[in-house]
Amino acid sequence: MTSITKSSTAAKYSFAQSENLWVVAVRRLFRQRSGVAGMIILGFLILVAIFAPLIAPFDPNDSLIGKEEIKKREAPCIYLLGCTTDQPQHLMGVDGNVRDEFSRILFGARISLVVGFITIGFAIVVGTILGSVAGYVGRWIDDVIMRVMDVLLAFPFLLLAIAITSALRTLFTNNEALETAFKNSVPEFIFDQRSLLYAMFGIAIVSIPAYARVIRSTVLSVKEEEYISAARSIGNHPIRILFLHVLPNAFPPLIVQATLGIGTAILETAALSFLGLGAQPPTPEWGAMLSAERNQLFSAPHLVLFPGAAIMITVLGFNLLGDGLRDALDPRLRL
Amino acid sequence: MGKYTIRRILAAFPVLFGVLIVAFTLARVIPGNPCRAILGEKATDEVCAKFIHDKGLDKPIPVQFVAYIGDLAQGNFGDSIRFGRPITQILIERLPTTVELGLAGLLIASIVGIPLGIISAVRHNSVIDLGTMVGANFGVSMPVFWLGLMLAYIFALLLKDTPFWLPPSGRLSAGIVAVPFYEVYGWKMTEGTFSFNVAEFFANMFILNSLITLDWEVLKDAVTHLILPSVALSTIPMAIIARMTRSSMLQVLGLDYVRTARAKGLIEWRVVLTHAFRNALLPVVTIIGLQLGIVFNGAILTETIFSLAGVGRTMFEAITARDFPIIQGFTVVIATTFIIINLIVDLSYAVLDPRIRLE
Repeated sequence: MTSITKSSTAAKYSFAQSENLWVVAVRRLFRQRSGVAGMIILGFLILVAIFAPLIAPFDPNDSLIGKEEIKKREAPCIYLLGCTTDQPQHLMGVDGNVRDEFSRILFGARISLVVGFITIGFAIVVGTILGSVAGYVGRWIDDVIMRVMDVLLAFPFLLLAIAITSALRTLFTNNEALETAFKNSVPEFIFDQRSLLYAMFGIAIVSIPAYARVIRSTVLSVKEEEYISAARSIGNHPIRILFLHVLPNAFPPLIVQATLGIGTAILETAALSFLGLGAQPPTPEWGAMLSAERNQLFSAPHLVLFPGAAIMITVLGFNLLGDGLRDALDPRLRL
Repeated sequence: MGKYTIRRILAAFPVLFGVLIVAFTLARVIPGNPCRAILGEKATDEVCAKFIHDKGLDKPIPVQFVAYIGDLAQGNFGDSIRFGRPITQILIERLPTTVELGLAGLLIASIVGIPLGIISAVRHNSVIDLGTMVGANFGVSMPVFWLGLMLAYIFALLLKDTPFWLPPSGRLSAGIVAVPFYEVYGWKMTEGTFSFNVAEFFANMFILNSLITLDWEVLKDAVTHLILPSVALSTIPMAIIARMTRSSMLQVLGLDYVRTARAKGLIEWRVVLTHAFRNALLPVVTIIGLQLGIVFNGAILTETIFSLAGVGRTMFEAITARDFPIIQGFTVVIATTFIIINLIVDLSYAVLDPRIRLE
């Protein structure tokens, strides 16, 4: 009896050992309450973003003046909650330009998610390059790069983002040649969103230090390991060693940092739009929508309530998933 | 310890130098054309050429940078374009608003966050614990500007004509004046002197000033005006403090000496507060110190929503109005404060916890 138990434990143990780290991590993630909640919220938001044109009852940028008997900033009319059916249904009311708020909120999900992924993607690429160079090459290059990162961290996040955004804005609007070159090199819909792009760039720059630090510390911790020396001794190119043997170690902390970072990036971009520095009307961006109607807060609170709630739920989704991932990827919590 | 302190202080200098370079560069890039930014779009080329020569803007960049550092060393931040007044004066007027707001926000965050964290740890996995952690997740995801507006809607409009009504904007009601304490006590002060500036700075913190002058009417009015913005500002730090207290307490509560304290037969609250909490406090203190950046980010937004003339709001307006002397001066002051506070937090960590080796 005892021997059977022993052998089955041994079999189980060896099986667990040979399991892929990622399979284990994913299974653990699904056991995390916060991770699951985050995945549900984000899955829902991604579906909304993809199918926005199918779900939205109205065109997000189309004014309903003359098409319906409706006043601007009309409160929500929901049939299920007793709104009479002779009126057109507007789940979240209409905004100051008589556009369906619900449709705009749905399309806003697209913008926020794209903003979050692109901004942090850019920060990760630059941060990885800077962090690996600093950690791998060391010496004065390390000092210079990390001191520059320290300088970036010496400023309040939002303040520096505002400053970079405004600097870019002036740089482009004051320099006609530069602006024309920009206009000719990108599709029109991107050029139309240039103000939002400047804001994203500002947020991306201030996000870089976090990633550079994560990568650098991983590189420093593994570069003296024997398997790295082995890889070097058989004549591998340093770049190959970096990507194949060093950087995969940084992946767990990086993915946690990135998930939380996307949430922050969405929040801060919305804040910049709220301050008038990001997305410009009529773009259905949540921060800009909230900003456009904030002076009508007392007469039309729904136009502040819904965009803000949308931002919060999105950021909450990323924060919950980030927390779940942190626990799932922590090797100390294994078994 | 001494060696470590000196090394940390020396290490702060390159960062400070970097901050000066960034402030200098931003102030050169943001205004676009400084002459037209100051003298207006209609300034002729001739006038502009003279202006640029007078301000030394035609000199080589390194020379300009040295001149700028020289001015800073003498405490001369220059004059604001928009206000036509010295930057130092504007700082004395507006920094107190932000300091008051930030301290109030951190105070609320700590008073609510720390007890919630302790209770969550002691009643681990209970309803309170779950509630706090869910609340903390909502807290860190909260757009400050949205929360501020919703609070204003609830407390200024929905609760109008109830005792819970709170004003949605400004620092004092119309007609209420905070008389500076040095005037109340009849101190002789000469305007423009250093001591006057310091006194003025503290007098502009209305709550402090009304406490010194025992003016209860102003105190009540200033406090009611401060509640909404500081509550809006406090949510993110509150969530972070509650989480940190909880995880730090959970760690300490599992240690042997806590079991010993219990085995001695101490009452539970004494075990928790005097034995566990005192040792769990260190990371909490550190995290409170590190909330400064979040508080300042929040200050830019709350000051905008609640119409407070603080540093965050002024800085934002200066950037959009291209008032580059303000951008330069404020950036240096804010970033230097940041560097100093981070330094103090780092050093205090070492002082508070003798187990930490400094080498």
